Amino acid sequence: MNSKSIIETKTNYRWQCRRGMLELDLLLNNFVDKKVDSLDEKQIQSFDMLLSYPDQALLDLLLGNSVSSDSEISKLVSQIRSTPLS
Amino acid sequence: MSSIERRQFDTLIIGAGGGGLRASLQLAEADLSVAVVSKVFPTRSHTVAAQGGMNAALANVLPDNWHWHMFDTVKGSDYLGDQDAIEYMCRAAPKAVYELEHFGVPFSRLDNGKIYQRAFGGQSQNFGGDQAARTCAAADRTGHAILHSLYQQNIRAKTHFFDEYFAVDLLKDGEGRVLGALVFNIHDGQIVIIEAKTTLIATGGAGQLFKTTTNALINTGDGLGMAMRAGIPLQDMEFFQFHPTGIAGRGMLITEGARGEGGYLVNGDGERLMERYAPKAKDLASRDVVSRAISIEIKEGRGCGPKKDHVLLKLDHLGEDVIQKRLPGIRQTCITFLGLDPAESPIPVFPTAHYTMGGIPTNRYGQVVVPVKDTPEEPVAGLYAAGECACVSVHGGNRLGGNSLLDILVFGRAAANHIIEYLKENKYHKVIDEDIVSNAVQRAKRFDLNSEPSPGGDEVKETVAVLRKELKQVMEDHCSVFRDKQFLIEGVDKVEQLCDRMKNVKIDDQSYTFNTAKVEAFELENLMACALATIHSALAREESRGAHSRIDFPDRDDKSWMRHSLYSFENGLDYKPVRTKPLSVESFPPKPRVY
Ligand SMILES: Cc1cc2nc3c(=O)[nH]c(=O)nc-3n(C[C@H](O)[C@H](O)[C@H](O)COP(=O)(O)OP(=O)(O)OC[C@H]3O[C@@H](n4cnc5c(N)ncnc54)[C@H](O)[C@@H]3O)c2cc1C
Repeated sequence: MNSKSIIETKTNYRWQCRRGMLELDLLLNNFVDKKVDSLDEKQIQSFDMLLSYPDQALLDLLLGNSVSSDSEISKLVSQIRSTPLS
Repeated sequence: MSSIERRQFDTLIIGAGGGGLRASLQLAEADLSVAVVSKVFPTRSHTVAAQGGMNAALANVLPDNWHWHMFDTVKGSDYLGDQDAIEYMCRAAPKAVYELEHFGVPFSRLDNGKIYQRAFGGQSQNFGGDQAARTCAAADRTGHAILHSLYQQNIRAKTHFFDEYFAVDLLKDGEGRVLGALVFNIHDGQIVIIEAKTTLIATGGAGQLFKTTTNALINTGDGLGMAMRAGIPLQDMEFFQFHPTGIAGRGMLITEGARGEGGYLVNGDGERLMERYAPKAKDLASRDVVSRAISIEIKEGRGCGPKKDHVLLKLDHLGEDVIQKRLPGIRQTCITFLGLDPAESPIPVFPTAHYTMGGIPTNRYGQVVVPVKDTPEEPVAGLYAAGECACVSVHGGNRLGGNSLLDILVFGRAAANHIIEYLKENKYHKVIDEDIVSNAVQRAKRFDLNSEPSPGGDEVKETVAVLRKELKQVMEDHCSVFRDKQFLIEGVDKVEQLCDRMKNVKIDDQSYTFNTAKVEAFELENLMACALATIHSALAREESRGAHSRIDFPDRDDKSWMRHSLYSFENGLDYKPVRTKPLSVESFPPKPRVY
């Protein structure tokens, strides 16, 4: 991504990652801060898809209580879960 | 001014959590035009986080009736709750549950098909007798189910949504009437003036006031800040509920269920600390008691870890099977956030800011009420509040688990019903003076960089991130579970300095697309207002009641302090009496609160 679109994407994501649960705020914002710049087109699509899920479904995925049948989403979830929290 | 968009509605609702959506549904079904503004997509509101459930005396599992529920709520409030509102809520509770069922909430069932009810702290049969079972739940996702059902019903009823719009300030005329609000679209920064005959604030709590909180980032007390800037005092803000077991340093809630299953707390000496504080109930004593015990241990140097800043919640003795079967959510939360498995190691916990008992003063019709001359509760024309941002007051000094979802639904609906009646008498929009609009627009630019550099040259520029961090730390250090005069005086001083520094906040990002920096500046300003009200009210209240514990005044003092605090920018502190007279039954007079 070029630098302008990175900034725009990041601020857009920052708002999409404001959720109704603290657990989601922490995991998603941490990922946006540290990893979003390095995502490729396909991963961005998966991330957009993930963010469109309802909070409860997102929580179940990110805490490992459920597994997505979509392998791209599932890979992204592992990436979010393995990004160390600051 | 011509470029500013203006819209007109019968009612503007600020907030799309359970409180706002229950009200909007009632209004839309009455064929009124209703706008709901929400800074996040409605189903991402904080109500989604409520897992435990909602109280109603249905008597499906154990004998129960609304009068026992009322007694428990009055006692739980440490006699600061208004008994007329409490009676109203407890009587309305069963109907609120059946309504939700009708809206599509899939409540968990008993084998006989009736709604399942679980036992929660502070619930009794027969006015303080055996444990009651009063909490209705849709598995462990009650809030999610309520929010989604209400949202779908609103879509069907054609409520008009302004999703991802941020409300900045109320519009108020010279006679004190509220005529709507100024909001802006977070996507593109466009301001919209929403003119409304009635406005309902339903913006939720202010858990972000404290460093460690169970609340999501969005809980910044925006409605409370808006009310204060409109000259409305905040009520009982010194009463903030701390949940005893949040994950230390991070805040995520570890439910009471963990202790219910046999988990217990240990201090740095490996001692089972609750045996000393509550020999009978031990780790299942009420929330405020356990939170105070943990704080004392840490203050007296018996905390755990290198900084001795937390205690440990031990579950490993329960065995992996029990943990996996009964507490799977907690296990996953600990593995994800702490990298530890509670089946093997204890969980570091710390009392964590959880619920804002105080808020915008209202009567049981949801009308915002303020003292005017000798009348303590004069309605503000056109303005209503409901939900966690309001102080009705049904929770008084301490909220019972399961009573908040009930509160938001019952009073969201009650406010809507009052609005429907009010609109029959007030059919037309009041004309809004151009001055009011242009002032509001001007004020909405308060964090924009001036295009002209200031004459003095380089003034100090403060950043939102730094101030927010400092504020949360100050509130945690000076105004959390335990309070005393010296500490509070220092805290007041620090909060006031932070409020002064807030005036120097300027936002570098002047773009209009997703300018979250600007949103965060407004949020911080609202948190600052809440902090001022909270810490001033806490310093003034020289007694211990409910969640407000003063080391220097350890007892409850009904003679001097059975009254509500009111704090405003204009007048500082003021007080008004507790409404001790219920609607139809005898009052419950204050008694010592033992469990
Ligand atoms: C982890 C957790 C678990 C809980 N569990 C339970 C439970 O089991 N039982 C129970 O009874 N209670 C529980 N509670 C408490 C309960 O969930 C809340 O008190 C309740 O959901 C608040 O609902 P509300 O409608 O008042 O506000 P919220 O649901 O917080 O909604 C606030 C709304 O206001 C909007 N808003 C805020 N500011 C602005 C602004 N400036 N402009 C535009 N929109 C704005 C938001 O977008 C949102 O839509 C729990 C709380 C927490 C933190």
